[in-house]
Amino acid sequence: MEAETFKALAAGISMGFGAIGPAIGEGFVAAKAMEAIGRNPEAADKITPLMFVTMAICESTGIYALVVALIILFG
Amino acid sequence: MELSVKLAPDILFFIGSFPVTNTFFWSLFISLFLIIFTLFVRARLKLIPGRLQNIVELLLESGYSFVKSIIGTEKKTQRVFPLVFTMFFLILVANLAAYIPGQSAITLARQEGPVSLFRAIMSDYSMVFVMTLITFLTTQIVAIMVHGPFRYLGKFINFKNPLQFFLGLMDLIGELAKVISLSFRLFGNIFAGEVLGAVMLFLAPFFIPLPFMFLGLITAMVQAFVFAVLTLVFITMASEIEEDELTESASI
Repeated sequence: MEAETFKALAAGISMGFGAIGPAIGEGFVAAKAMEAIGRNPEAADKITPLMFVTMAICESTGIYALVVALIILFG
Repeated sequence: MELSVKLAPDILFFIGSFPVTNTFFWSLFISLFLIIFTLFVRARLKLIPGRLQNIVELLLESGYSFVKSIIGTEKKTQRVFPLVFTMFFLILVANLAAYIPGQSAITLARQEGPVSLFRAIMSDYSMVFVMTLITFLTTQIVAIMVHGPFRYLGKFINFKNPLQFFLGLMDLIGELAKVISLSFRLFGNIFAGEVLGAVMLFLAPFFIPLPFMFLGLITAMVQAFVFAVLTLVFITMASEIEEDELTESASI
């Protein structure tokens, strides 16, 4: 097989596996934040920005996978 | 038609031996816009605010109270607020400006094909990297000012026992990993948004790309917020004196 084929395969595998962890993590964060808002709706203004920040931190490993995949494909 | 996605920005022209890329070209425009906007608002400040001044005041006040709610004291807020808010506003305007309709259609004709005159600034890694370095250096300077140079160095390199030595090394790696994680987060999100938009336009030109554009708009705002807040959190963490340090100095 050619190098191009392996490049496409590598990018797909890297992105696919890299997306598992952040997805689970962000799900946990969102679930807990919703739980907290449900218990104490007045605190929603404080919880929502913090939720976004923690979600973005959880996301970072997924973004690494994405950057690696993009570099493999287009770099 | 061919799908063209490039990691590096295109070079428009050279000034001497300095290459002017399309992201750099556009970052000049954005900076100019922000400076003129600031001077314009500043020149028209009134005791009874007009509509524009109201909007600016609302933004600044809510930003200020948010920064204060995280960092704690008034004095620290006054020092750190300009940096954090400038970062937030620059990234926000730069990201949103990529969604002005029609700007990516303006191209320069070249032998190897058309070169777009504008491109989302934060999809250029060098720009994001420099902003991250500003954050990193500020954090280190604040930490050294608060803890003193030797105590701060002692946090990373100490020979009290093997566990402490190992933890210090891990702290050092963690400190350096901040640069990579912070810069790749912003760069990856914005660049991925661009690529996703291009791929969707390539696959289905009408209506299908719209939800992805909307997702990109949300990402543009959230990432600007996240970058600024993480900068703020790093500086806050560096500026806090830990409890065992306090008891240590009290016992001396």
